Amino acid sequence: MTEIIKAENLTYAYHDENGKSYFALNGIDLAIRRGEFVTILGHNGSGKSTLACHLNAIRLPSGGKVYVDMMDTADESKLYDIRRTCAMVFQNPDNQIVASVVEEDVAFALENMGLPPAEIRRRVDDALQAVGMYPYCRHAPHKLSGGQKQRVAIAGVIAMMPRCIVFDEPTAMLDPAGRKEVMQVIRELNQRYGITVILITHHMDEAAQAGRVVVMHQGQILMDGTPREIFSQVERLRQASLSVPQTIEVLYKLNKQGAGLPADALSVSECADILQKYLT
Amino acid sequence: MLRDITIGQFFPGNSFVHRVDPRVKLVLVIAMIIALFFAGGVVSYLLIATYELIVIWVSRIHFKMVVRGLKPILFIIIFTAILNLFYTPGDVLWAWHFLHITKQGIFTAIQMVARIMLLIIGTSMLTYTTSPIDLTDALERLLSPLKRLRVPVHELAMIMSIALRFIPTLIEETEKIISAQRARGADFESGNIIQRARAMVPILVPLFISAFRRADELATAMECRLYHGGEGRTRLKQLHICWIDYLAIFISALIFGTVIVLGRLGW
Repeated sequence: MTEIIKAENLTYAYHDENGKSYFALNGIDLAIRRGEFVTILGHNGSGKSTLACHLNAIRLPSGGKVYVDMMDTADESKLYDIRRTCAMVFQNPDNQIVASVVEEDVAFALENMGLPPAEIRRRVDDALQAVGMYPYCRHAPHKLSGGQKQRVAIAGVIAMMPRCIVFDEPTAMLDPAGRKEVMQVIRELNQRYGITVILITHHMDEAAQAGRVVVMHQGQILMDGTPREIFSQVERLRQASLSVPQTIEVLYKLNKQGAGLPADALSVSECADILQKYLT
Repeated sequence: MLRDITIGQFFPGNSFVHRVDPRVKLVLVIAMIIALFFAGGVVSYLLIATYELIVIWVSRIHFKMVVRGLKPILFIIIFTAILNLFYTPGDVLWAWHFLHITKQGIFTAIQMVARIMLLIIGTSMLTYTTSPIDLTDALERLLSPLKRLRVPVHELAMIMSIALRFIPTLIEETEKIISAQRARGADFESGNIIQRARAMVPILVPLFISAFRRADELATAMECRLYHGGEGRTRLKQLHICWIDYLAIFISALIFGTVIVLGRLGW
């Protein structure tokens, strides 16, 4: 079994004041293998955040099943194991930092797990080093920048040593410098530590860094594939009210004029090469 | 203007005062308050003031920060001083219609002002030099015998530490809201007290809404990090009483004991 997360025909319904029900998720089938780096893309209201909340039992399915490392999320006796296996980092770093000192916040989950103090100390130091925040371990979180705060929040989660981390738009409230820092940490967690990463985002350039992109639209999975496969389908992305990375946009527009170029350049340098070849 | 509120703020450091066990500090502050109420004359007040000055000096906290902590209660200090000055019966020194200042009044006013100031400085030195988590930890441990009486000690300590953690965040948010409302033409400076109080409404409503949203998100984040109450919880920081603590207890006990004795003698 190499799947760490598996959703089978997952639906989630909610009701408005008049008792009318809506489907935020409508029949999701998704399997994520260990060590994968997956981004979930979608417009506002596409159900991507609701899906994230199902992956560590913050919400339970109205229909269908979600398995985390073969544990059914609806099984309440497994709740702590599920949350230890699949951790979550939220959008606003201010609202997930519990303590007034960086290292004490990182220790929070470990204290809840009832680990001995020496083990907590070791894991806190390791986690802070992994996100490059060790020099700030005695600082007050509210004096850090947004990107630094988010890195502290990530350290607090990786100290639990989860096998999978869901990032729910972790860069949405950050400035470009903070976004870069956090994305760097996320990539490292995946590459160096082999943690499965599920990144929920609406930034196309972040999605392009993943190994696999899942596009959601109206509570369903619209597309699923490698970034190249997904982003070359400009028309279908537009249909899901999503834009494409600027590099692809340029090539797409040129191709519309009949340039006949390969339309799947994800990095700027790749795109520049194609354009240079075309011009010379 | 809001940045002046420093009560409940912690200044990290590594001084002697910072390193004293939080439980010891907490008990010493309570002892200090008791001693302060026994103080009866100039000598005993000076002794406590000296004690606090030494604590400030040793802790290397800027004196400016300590004074700034007094600002929010300036009104209470002045109010107490005036009341005591005019309403204490005794030997009249000066009188005008119904107002009269007495010798005893002057003395009580000075005494009350000194008492309030020393009280605030003393207690804020506790929060300046002890991280809120240490403080609530100390409270939790000191009060843990009450758990048997079904007092939710851990929960109360948690509520307190989160409240302290969010003070700077909410202050920052309030400042943002004030600027935003000012940009929309809100006027907070002119008008009488009622008009000014009413001008606060557009600040308080968004602040409350956002505080509730934050609370909701924080609760989810805490659950995701396996929080399930105080049961079976361990701590990163272990508290040990060591020589620093014995020294602090010894010095403080000496001073507080002297203050109480002098106070009873009326010095």
